[in-house]
Amino acid sequence: MPNTKNTISRRDFLRTSGEVALFIGVSGLVPQLVSCRDTDKMREQLEKHPVTAWVKLSEDGGITICNPAAEMGQGSMTSLPVVFAEEFDADWSRVSVEFSPQEAEIYGSEGWSPGSKLMMTVGSRTTHSYWPVMRKAGAQARYVLMSSAAAYWEVPIAEVTTSESTVIHEKSGREMGYGELVPHLVMPDPLPEFTEEDFKDPSDFRLIGKVLPRTEIPEKVDGSAQFAIDIRLPGMVYGVLERGNLHGSKPTLTNEAAIREMDGVIKIVHLDYAVGIIAETLEQALQAKKSLQIDWGPSEALGHNSQQVYTAYEEIAGSENRGRVIAETGDVERAFSSAAKVYTADFKNDYVYHSQMEPLNAVVQVAEDLKSAEVWVGSQQGPDTKLGVPGILGIPHEKVKVHLQYLGGGFGRRSMNDFVEECAILAKEVAPKPLKLVWTRKDDVTYGAFRPLSLQRLVASTDRNGNLTGFSHCVVGDGGNLVASGVANDHYDIPNQLAEWREASNGIRLKHWRAVGHGPNKFAIECMLDEIAHAQKTDPVDFRRKLMAKSPRALATLEKAAEISDWNGPVAKGRAKGVAFVEHGSLGTGVCEISLNRDTGQVRVHKFWIALDPGIAVQPDNIKAQMEGGIIMGMSSVLKERITIADGRVEQSNFDTYQLLRMQDIPESIETVIIPSAERPEGVGETATPMVACAIANAFLKLTGKRLRHLPFTPERVLEVLNS
Amino acid sequence: MAKFTLHVNDAEHQVDVAPGTSLLWVLREHLGLTGTKYGCGIAQCGICTIHLDGSPARACVVQVDAVANGQKIRTIEGLSENREHPVQKAWIAAQAPQCGYCHPGQIMQAVALLETNPNPTREEIKSYMNGVLCRCGTYLRILKAVEMAAESTPKPES
Repeated sequence: MPNTKNTISRRDFLRTSGEVALFIGVSGLVPQLVSCRDTDKMREQLEKHPVTAWVKLSEDGGITICNPAAEMGQGSMTSLPVVFAEEFDADWSRVSVEFSPQEAEIYGSEGWSPGSKLMMTVGSRTTHSYWPVMRKAGAQARYVLMSSAAAYWEVPIAEVTTSESTVIHEKSGREMGYGELVPHLVMPDPLPEFTEEDFKDPSDFRLIGKVLPRTEIPEKVDGSAQFAIDIRLPGMVYGVLERGNLHGSKPTLTNEAAIREMDGVIKIVHLDYAVGIIAETLEQALQAKKSLQIDWGPSEALGHNSQQVYTAYEEIAGSENRGRVIAETGDVERAFSSAAKVYTADFKNDYVYHSQMEPLNAVVQVAEDLKSAEVWVGSQQGPDTKLGVPGILGIPHEKVKVHLQYLGGGFGRRSMNDFVEECAILAKEVAPKPLKLVWTRKDDVTYGAFRPLSLQRLVASTDRNGNLTGFSHCVVGDGGNLVASGVANDHYDIPNQLAEWREASNGIRLKHWRAVGHGPNKFAIECMLDEIAHAQKTDPVDFRRKLMAKSPRALATLEKAAEISDWNGPVAKGRAKGVAFVEHGSLGTGVCEISLNRDTGQVRVHKFWIALDPGIAVQPDNIKAQMEGGIIMGMSSVLKERITIADGRVEQSNFDTYQLLRMQDIPESIETVIIPSAERPEGVGETATPMVACAIANAFLKLTGKRLRHLPFTPERVLEVLNS
Repeated sequence: MAKFTLHVNDAEHQVDVAPGTSLLWVLREHLGLTGTKYGCGIAQCGICTIHLDGSPARACVVQVDAVANGQKIRTIEGLSENREHPVQKAWIAAQAPQCGYCHPGQIMQAVALLETNPNPTREEIKSYMNGVLCRCGTYLRILKAVEMAAESTPKPES
């Protein structure tokens, strides 16, 4: 709990003019108003509760709203402040946005367990989980302004209302702007709680659901948007690490004396898995890194060959021993034994790398007495908002201050603290000098933490009428939920289902990668459905329509996607359409249209259509941007990307050997239709990406009668399938 | 170490670095022009794109020695005073960036395109922009922004 001891009386509001911070909306804390002009008071208050304000108001009507989430391109810098501003009834043109301090007790939202407080921008949960938090804080802030105006005018609060940053008393014809009210603000005692019924009716929304430009985009067109890698501090030195390409291997440096003599080298730091160099300049650090001679020790990964390991995975899938059951309904074995037809197929996917465009980096400054530290970082945050630094330095949590910066891409990679901890280890060596740690792209690739390689064995049964009676999904791979997320079928009415995970470990570093297991698992599920429909000569949309009969929201996305893609309409010669449904927060159905170069094996995606049900669409244009980006990132991974491991060693090292989709390969259009809804908003960042593999493979099946079952669909694999 | 004089965004800068140092590190870490981003170091991602005497170049593979003889270096910071360059305006109108990290490079590449070809076809844009990667997948909006900028750029009388 936050510190609730409070020596400032709740009536000790400040009548001084200037900017005012509303210290509200925080359970366990007494609501406060503090003048921002009274800097001593501000400091005193901030020391008591290092961070508590959701909004700052200035006399000229300026409004600054705190964003508690990371901004990695998904739009939190706008979507969360919009929700606050809607309830606050703010004039949006006067709103600016700042990152909140990294204090989960105060700025957290509910995580995966009720009552928990997390600051963690992962799993596309931000808008969903902050929805009630931002509404309540905004409504409370508005109430403060209304009650202050009512007291000033000496009228009942029930008679006042607001409109776009103005408090109005209609009876007397008086009104005051929010800024004008700053000198007259009074903290109501008590500040009422607000619940769902007190919030605005969605039909009254002025900001939510409207197309608003994103607040941080102007900074992103002139180079002024600051990422952690851009931080420069007086006296700053640089750190780099050599980690090798064999995960888990221990280095022995054999030319330490020579390295120490190199220009600018300050220190050599030995870690279990890496050799660190600290130097005066980045180029000197990199020069020294290049000159390191290291003997690498053994590792669990030795002997692992990613392209041969599938044979072992097939054996695991075929074993009698059940793995961990993720979801089970009915009895699939009974369904299979009484089936008219049983279908079996294996689906495979290679390792994939995040490729966030900003390589990992951080800046840490440890105080001379080693008892406090400051961190500048682009992070998706984590259960520990101080990102592991207190543990590294052996200091209390509150002695670490984190300055969150924009993220040059996250995609799951930046919710792991390895790079922040490394930076703290090196910075401690040169305290009190600030140290910038930079991973080169090669570091970022070779010592990446990948989406795991996995195998999905699917078995499905149909009865005499072609109805799907049983569906079993066995995932073999490393990393638990990293491979198992997305195996359950909540929106398909199949009476007997089993989803299980079987472990296989190879000593490779792994991490969540946009949509996590949903990518490979939806690929398997949605392709299996099309293979069955294909065998039955049933239309894939018709086949899904039957299965979705009990899930009207999912069905609505299917119907809409079929409509906007003209599913039943004519298709140009040499082209075909494929469909896929994904639930990841939001529900969505995607349709793509592809063609194929039968000589080169090149698959071309011409168009993509998506019908999405995200609940209330807070920022519709941004949702469309997320669909576009999700599809293109999906296409990149599905058509091009793979990390391969040879005898434990990562074989790729940069964008020459790990190719991403480029502009020449983009589709002509990605059209998104958002289905109107009054339900609580759901995440949209990971719904589109998993559609791509299955939609393409299903279109390919229609076009060629052949099945693509191994990701990525490189031209060589496509040719192999075509010629099989 | 050696002293070099660089002509960046219409100003002279002196730097004292080792010969052979990448222009990218000089711009970012020595001159504080951090709008130009590091992505790969081997001219594969294009996000460090700057203009050298008006032509796009990948700063990461340009050595400081090669550009210290009066060559004019232009970075994203030197594009306009208040984001009023037509390409920047179009970029905002199209809401092109997501994470935004690659966009200084995208914008510099697009400006170079329109300075040499004010009326590019869609295929010409795709081809010219192909060397700059975007992981967030904003390519469709980049394309739209370049087309908008081309439309809004006053054309010389032909």
